[in-house]
Amino acid sequence: MKFHKRLLRAEPSFRLLAKLWRISWLYVLLICTLAGVGYVTLYSAAGGAPYPFAAPQAARFAVGLVLMVCVAMLPPKILVRIAWPLYALSLVLLVAVLHMGHVGKGAERWLMIGGLQVQPSEYAKVALVLALATWFYRINYSRMGNPLWLLPPAFMVLLPVVLVLKEPNLGTGTIIGGIGATLFFAAGMRLWQIALLLLPVPYMAKFAYAHLHDYQRARITTFLNPESDPLGAGYNIIQSKIALGSGGMWGQGYLHGSQGQLNFLPEKQTDFIFTMLAEEWGFAGAIVVIGLLLLLILGGMLMAIRSRNRFGRLVALGISMNFFLYCLVNLSMVMGAIPVGGVPLPLVSYGGSAMLNVMLGFGLLLSTWVHRDSRFGESDEEDPA
Amino acid sequence: MRLKRRKRENQRLMPIKNLKDPGRGVFTRRALLVMAVQTGALGVLANKLYKLQVQDGDRYARMAASNRVSKRYLAPPRGRIVDRYGIALANNKENWRALLMPEETTDVAGTIERFSSIIPLDERDRARIAREMRHQRRFVPVMLRDFLSWDEMARIELNAPSLPGVLIDVGTRRVYPEGELLAHIVGYVAPPNEKDVARSALLALPGMRVGRAGIEQSQDDKLCGTAGSVEMEVNAVGRVMSELNREEGAAGAEIGLTIDRGLQQKVLNRIADQTASAVVMDCRNGEVLAMVSTPSFDPSLFDSGVSHAQWIEWTNNERTPLINKTVAGVYPPGSTFKPAVAMAGLQSGLFSPSDRVFCPGHLDVGGTRFHCWSRWGHGSIDLHQALKFSCDVYFYEMARRVGMDKIAEVAHQFGLGTPLDIELPHTRTGLIPTPAWRQAHHHHWNGGDTIVSGIGQGFVQVTPLQLATYTSRLATGRAVQPHLVRALNRTVGPQATPEHWPALDMPPKYLEALRSGMFAVVNEQHGTAPKAKLDIPGVTLAGKTGSAQVRRVSRALRESGHFNSANLPWEYRPHALFICFAPYENPQYAVSVVIEHGNAGADAAAPLARDIMTDTLLRDPSNHTTAPPEPVAEPAPAAAEAPPPKTDTTP
Repeated sequence: MKFHKRLLRAEPSFRLLAKLWRISWLYVLLICTLAGVGYVTLYSAAGGAPYPFAAPQAARFAVGLVLMVCVAMLPPKILVRIAWPLYALSLVLLVAVLHMGHVGKGAERWLMIGGLQVQPSEYAKVALVLALATWFYRINYSRMGNPLWLLPPAFMVLLPVVLVLKEPNLGTGTIIGGIGATLFFAAGMRLWQIALLLLPVPYMAKFAYAHLHDYQRARITTFLNPESDPLGAGYNIIQSKIALGSGGMWGQGYLHGSQGQLNFLPEKQTDFIFTMLAEEWGFAGAIVVIGLLLLLILGGMLMAIRSRNRFGRLVALGISMNFFLYCLVNLSMVMGAIPVGGVPLPLVSYGGSAMLNVMLGFGLLLSTWVHRDSRFGESDEEDPA
Repeated sequence: MRLKRRKRENQRLMPIKNLKDPGRGVFTRRALLVMAVQTGALGVLANKLYKLQVQDGDRYARMAASNRVSKRYLAPPRGRIVDRYGIALANNKENWRALLMPEETTDVAGTIERFSSIIPLDERDRARIAREMRHQRRFVPVMLRDFLSWDEMARIELNAPSLPGVLIDVGTRRVYPEGELLAHIVGYVAPPNEKDVARSALLALPGMRVGRAGIEQSQDDKLCGTAGSVEMEVNAVGRVMSELNREEGAAGAEIGLTIDRGLQQKVLNRIADQTASAVVMDCRNGEVLAMVSTPSFDPSLFDSGVSHAQWIEWTNNERTPLINKTVAGVYPPGSTFKPAVAMAGLQSGLFSPSDRVFCPGHLDVGGTRFHCWSRWGHGSIDLHQALKFSCDVYFYEMARRVGMDKIAEVAHQFGLGTPLDIELPHTRTGLIPTPAWRQAHHHHWNGGDTIVSGIGQGFVQVTPLQLATYTSRLATGRAVQPHLVRALNRTVGPQATPEHWPALDMPPKYLEALRSGMFAVVNEQHGTAPKAKLDIPGVTLAGKTGSAQVRRVSRALRESGHFNSANLPWEYRPHALFICFAPYENPQYAVSVVIEHGNAGADAAAPLARDIMTDTLLRDPSNHTTAPPEPVAEPAPAAAEAPPPKTDTTP
């Protein structure tokens, strides 16, 4: 108890307005710009109408924005407290969705909770970031050298990964694993530990392929040779490539992308929204969007580096990494660089669950920024004067 | 204790600058590394995007264009078929159909059930609907029933609220207003089969039909027209989004026939109760004015598909209703062949018209006795008498001396046993046998074969149309070809003028001798066909009878003296034939009549031919440009008794 009271004293006190002022409004502006791009593209995806995609998405974004600002006000000490319960909840939801979830398109699973579609795998990512950051902050950098301290967080990562893969959702499972690995790396895992871990990777890949579902293997096969099944599984990739190619340098013009407007493009409002955008705005427009995404990612990373407390650093890095992996998987997918998996483009793709999770993530990111100078977690002896 | 261990570890990591926050340096370095990786990964993707969009852009743009433009053909309306006066013989009529748009109803099976309670659907309909439902996309309508009557449409409209997705649409169907009257000439259409579709994509269009018989088949390329096309922007599932380009097709040409529909009706009335065929030709230009083959069939049954039972009934009928006997029925010409044999005799130089042959009632050649139809013989007779009495021995002798090759050559010139250029499919050529033909089939040609060929028996086979052509050429000395197509889109072709047809390579005086012999057959005393004499004052008819045996009459039967072909079963009786032309002085019309198993040509065929010729002369279609008014009720004898148009030419 004594320890906790000291921690509370160490926290500089902010009034709410002062905290709001500390939010990086430039970063919020970037988020809004990207959401604006999403609105404009969804407007086109509906054939030039706000419904059924653009307007509901804008409403969700507004809700998400409020949520983000609220989350940004939470100090690290509260985040640390809620990390474990959140993580436990996410595991419960992941188990629940396996048994009573709704299945869409063979991959994404969701639960209906109070009329809302909830994708537990999305929440699991945020919860995992918080839980891992809490763990690594608690054991501190010095104990990272002891592999025994790394075993519990390894299980913390593997548990949701296995559950998500069982859904089965290869894309999200990979992203969760990637986030976990990056956090291990950034938290200060020793190089010899990394080397030891990487050795068995090829064998694991072989094992994983053997346990993939048929449709997942079909994705890999058609990815390697999309023309082998032009109207079946390869259809999405071919049509997406055609759409991208027909966009050219300057695009076919807003609302005039033939592939998207004529419905050749599958799931153009969700997974393939970037294709639609690139067809209408061309390479020029697409590179601007990629630039925006990169700014958001690198901005998040810089916030992580700037943070004076270990917890904030890890949270910010985890969230940025999550955002980056989202973008990477989605963009690679629509360009035919990796097998297709149901991963949307954050902030742009149509979908409520993903939008709220992304905004929740940005809320946490901004929270670390608001509390960047907090010496939260430093021990007695090193308490600042 | 825990704190102590932490302290110890902190001491071990002394070189790190920030003692209060160990691991921050490592974090910063590693975060920068992660940032580099992130930037690099997105850079790689941007590079790939550049390749896809800019470098290979053209290739994908082309693929996109073919993705979205769909070309569809527009079915052109099929050309009409009209008679020489423009009366429609084959026409297009609106065909009201009930279609079901599957995507507009939630319960397809239920809608079809409710529909069938209003308009009954039979098993064939149901099977076809199920098949189309399987193969078509949900926004392509499926035909439930076509050929709806007004009454049925009213019932569908009334029940529209309970039939979501059912709509009524108009297409075209082929109708034949004259039905059986012209079925053999006009023919019929049927839905194209897979072979047709493979030949022309146009035929895959719904509602397209292919001519399967008659003019519909032979003039199919002119009647079907050229397809229009429309280029449409379609989406991934083939739904039409907008129309890009439209090219109108050309409707099929209107075919004007040489047939006079009114005359055709009159001729049919004359022979309707027989199994017979009759051809009326304009002998100066070869126009076929009437061409009747009985019995006939209803051609409109083919448009919607003939039932199996109906087809079996037609094909098993011994009177062959589906066959146009005028071009596809072959018969021994019998005595009608004699003028051709006579021309061969005259042209060979071995005979002159005045040379006489003695007929004792039979001719013995090589131990075989060939009988004349008259047991007592005709005595010493010349060509004129030989034709008038239709003496067999005269022509036995002529054929024996002239030889079969010469007879065949002349017969071919007359159009017998040769292909005629008539615009009908499924015609037969017939045959004028020669020793070479017989040897080609590995048989020996006997002298007797030549002799029986001299009276148009044996292997000789001709069609009624060939007989009419032969009569026309005899009458005018021109090598006219019979034809049925007179005008294309109301422009009359050059074949309608007599000058279009070259003269035959036969001396006019010989032709005149034959004509006078045929005149004697009808108009002189003791001619074989006095019943064929015209009742029209001042107009005379010349003709030749024929009775063609279908079964060899044994000598025993003949010599028993009780032989009478009329007592034979129907299918063993001889065919009755008559050919004639009129007016004798200035021939205009030629008629050939063949009554299957009608017995003697003089008794069965000649009076009918005379009546047909009377009808023809009274209507005189070759010299009229509009059809004569049709009497409301048609008393056939009254027409024959009507005053003739050219009474002033009485000699």
